[in-house]
Amino acid sequence: MPAWTIYISFLGAAALALLPPESRRAARIMALLTALAGLAAALGGAVQYERHAPSGALVDLVNLSWIADLGIRYHLAADGISITLVLLTGIAAVAGVLFSWNIEHRTREFFALYLALIGGVYGVFLSFDLFLLFVFYELAIIPKYFLIAFWGSTRREYGAMKLALYSLVGSAMVLIGLIAAYVVSGSRAFDLLELAKFPFAPAFQNWAFLLVFVGFAVLAGLWPFHTWAPTGHVAAPTAASMLLAGVVMKLGAYGALRVAMTLFPDGLRFWQNDIALLAVIGIVYGGSVALVQRDLKFVIGYSSVSHMGFVLLGLMTLTQIGLSGAVLQMFSHGIVAGLLFAVVGRMIYDRAHTRELSELQPMNLSVLAPFVAVTFVLAGAASMGLPGFSGFIAELQVLVGAWAVFPRLTLFAGVGILVGIAFMLRVWIKALFAENDAKPAAIQIEPVSIPERAGAFLLLGTTILIGLWPGLLLDLINPTLHSPLIQPLWKGGLP
Amino acid sequence: MNSSLDWMIPLMPEELVIVSALAALVLDLSVVRRKTVAVRAAVIGTMASLGCLAAMLWIACWHDYRTSEMLALTPLTQFLKMVLLALTLVVAVLSFGARFSRHVGEYFALLLLAAAGLMLLISSENLLVLFIALELLSVPLYVLTAFNKTSLPSAEAALKYFLFGSVAAAFTLFGISLLYGLTGKLQLGAIAEKLATQPVEPVCYAALVMTLAGFAFKVAVAPFHFWAPDVYQGAPAPIACFIASASKVASFFVLARIILVGFGPLHGSAVWEGFRAGWMPLLAVVAVLSMVVGNIAALVQTSVKRLLAYSAIAHGGYALLAFFGNSRQMLPALFFYVITYSLTVLGAFAVVAVVENSGSPDRLAGWAGLGRRAPLLSACMFVFMLSLAGIPPLSGFFGKFYLFTAAAAGAPHLGMLWLVIVAVAASAISLYYYLQVLKQIYTGDLPAGSAPFRPSHAALLPIALLAGLVIAFGCAPGWLLGKLSFVLNSSGFQF
Repeated sequence: MPAWTIYISFLGAAALALLPPESRRAARIMALLTALAGLAAALGGAVQYERHAPSGALVDLVNLSWIADLGIRYHLAADGISITLVLLTGIAAVAGVLFSWNIEHRTREFFALYLALIGGVYGVFLSFDLFLLFVFYELAIIPKYFLIAFWGSTRREYGAMKLALYSLVGSAMVLIGLIAAYVVSGSRAFDLLELAKFPFAPAFQNWAFLLVFVGFAVLAGLWPFHTWAPTGHVAAPTAASMLLAGVVMKLGAYGALRVAMTLFPDGLRFWQNDIALLAVIGIVYGGSVALVQRDLKFVIGYSSVSHMGFVLLGLMTLTQIGLSGAVLQMFSHGIVAGLLFAVVGRMIYDRAHTRELSELQPMNLSVLAPFVAVTFVLAGAASMGLPGFSGFIAELQVLVGAWAVFPRLTLFAGVGILVGIAFMLRVWIKALFAENDAKPAAIQIEPVSIPERAGAFLLLGTTILIGLWPGLLLDLINPTLHSPLIQPLWKGGLP
Repeated sequence: MNSSLDWMIPLMPEELVIVSALAALVLDLSVVRRKTVAVRAAVIGTMASLGCLAAMLWIACWHDYRTSEMLALTPLTQFLKMVLLALTLVVAVLSFGARFSRHVGEYFALLLLAAAGLMLLISSENLLVLFIALELLSVPLYVLTAFNKTSLPSAEAALKYFLFGSVAAAFTLFGISLLYGLTGKLQLGAIAEKLATQPVEPVCYAALVMTLAGFAFKVAVAPFHFWAPDVYQGAPAPIACFIASASKVASFFVLARIILVGFGPLHGSAVWEGFRAGWMPLLAVVAVLSMVVGNIAALVQTSVKRLLAYSAIAHGGYALLAFFGNSRQMLPALFFYVITYSLTVLGAFAVVAVVENSGSPDRLAGWAGLGRRAPLLSACMFVFMLSLAGIPPLSGFFGKFYLFTAAAAGAPHLGMLWLVIVAVAASAISLYYYLQVLKQIYTGDLPAGSAPFRPSHAALLPIALLAGLVIAFGCAPGWLLGKLSFVLNSSGFQF
């Protein structure tokens, strides 16, 4: 069932490309239906997995020989972690379509590229043959580029090219590591399960891990390779920045966990402390830079760097609770960052035509557009990690896990949370509330449309649901941490 | 006399091509003498295409493999001839619409003679036959490059091509004569045997370098590449197609034969920190230079043809990686790469030719807005560019991937990984300039007053077909790989 998410998205993209160019309405509806069908397949897959799969096990979806000469297989499989991220992708995809309902310029091409990107993302989360995973991973680069270069805003061509080159350099590093691992293991298979069994020499692991991990982590916004993230997010159209922050950054973190950490556990232990340090720098740095931004979207862009730092820190704890927190944080940040970008890019910018905090303040959006203000406040609260929202559980788990391993670094990460609260408060005040109860600016703004409301409810509902009932996802994630593929990471040594 | 008659039947494909070349001349002088250029091009072009088709049919149906001291007909050579004929056929079809000369008969005759030269080149066992075939190929190409008599760049390109080419040919001939002096043999296999048994003399290396220089010129790798940008730009577009595709396939084949068979024993080593004299370090330097020079020079090009020329130099560098591969994979990897590359570059140049015929100048800016003027043509160019950049699932990606894995597995302890790293890094850079072309096509502003232009079906059909092949070989490389392994094994190639 989950494999259908991939096919549905690509079929939808192909069908959209065949529509007549002027049929905007049909394109929107078709994109929404495709995204909903993908979400339905993801939900169905999750239910099926919970019901029928032995707890936490890896379930094969498809496993066919593809290029026999190199031992490459078309191997799709799912475990709790992939299911969690597939669910995230499904929700983000639907919300992205809803928030791009007002795209008038080449609607058909926009949604075709958008769905192609979604299909590639689903593919990465479900591939267990590393060649296949890499194919899906690279496949996502081109739609990203065009989505930003066509429909983007501020310095879009620069942002698009920067993102494309960062992605490609990252994947080049991954490719070198994968080829080296393949050759060292005797050139037999690219299957993750096969490669994970091979005992790579520690000296080899030390550099191969670094190469592959950093290659993936570029896309996860690992400091100091994060600089694509703010410019890319700012340049991207709303739906693309929702996907970039919501899903594409998770590709990087997922690849780092699934490939780099699983294949090279010794290398992981060797670099564990250094990467944790970078992660904490990312948390504090991202937050601090967000604190002084004047462009609302840059604030959210840098906040993503900060929140992704928690994912990487959680991964580096190599404790059960830390890993569980990292995966949950991937999900949570995907939902919350998507919502924040939707509010900023669609709800505010498309109405106020500015994202400058100094220009937004006189407009007094809290009076002018109460729905927008309420959504923004709730999304901001979720982003701060207040209890009741999904981010709270996730960041708490990460911090608890990190406390045991890196006590001093954890203090700084705690400071990062405070900074996160500070920049969000500042943005709330500046973007929503005018000083001295000034009268609202005399501008007309269009009312919040139904698709926007639906998207906001979907994302807010998800983060609150997981915040109140984290068991929904933790029951998927935690058993998987005990699976033979992941368990060696936190139990020490090979099983 | 008897023995030469024996070869009449097996060499029928070559003869068919030569006969159609002569027929083209006769036809032009007699039947269609007084018709317009368009009619003559259609009639003679059709005849030339039929000649190629007949030769292909013959090869497909007639399996008469034999070897002598002069020529070899093996499954491999016949398969490659099929490929060459197919490429020539596409070039001939593309020439239908070209309006650069009144001398239609001579044009097609020379094209077919060059094709015959290619076929002979592939079959030659003996160094003298090889040299004759090389000249049979080169002389028509010099003339064809200069064929647009009204264009100054065309004449300049031909002069450069001729001067560089004849010097390179002189080097090759000198190398051959040294080899003959050293071993007393002209057959590649016999030379290898002699070289393996007798002590290596310095003059062996002189012979090696000289022979290599000649072929490095043919495949346009740095530092023997200076002719390529001018020729690709100045020559009539279909001829540039031919030089970039068919001529390259044959030259790489012969290069592989000379290096791997003739100079096999003199391999030396190019392992990191373990260089030993031989052709390996030589080729490693040439490969690195080509990848670096080609990719960096391509970054700043404003003419699409020159951009493709520099990209061709870079791709020549990638292809050289095959020579460092492990013995099982090196040849399938090389031929897969070169064949799919030539399909791609042929398609790309064909698009350039069509755009040029529509009156757009050969500037990147001239391509602005092509996506709206000719959607299908642009979609094909999209496929070609991304395949050249190595984006999955197109054939360029798998070709590179296979080459890189083969090269990484070529020496124990990942000794050749350094070269793979250079290649992957160079390849990551290259995305930038391919995206520049696509950016112009899709996001550039339509020049004022430009109408949509409808490329003729005769041009669109082969281009669409090539794009389809590029996608198909990327998604399912198994067929071509299987075919290549089969013909290689049944030809008994032992390196």
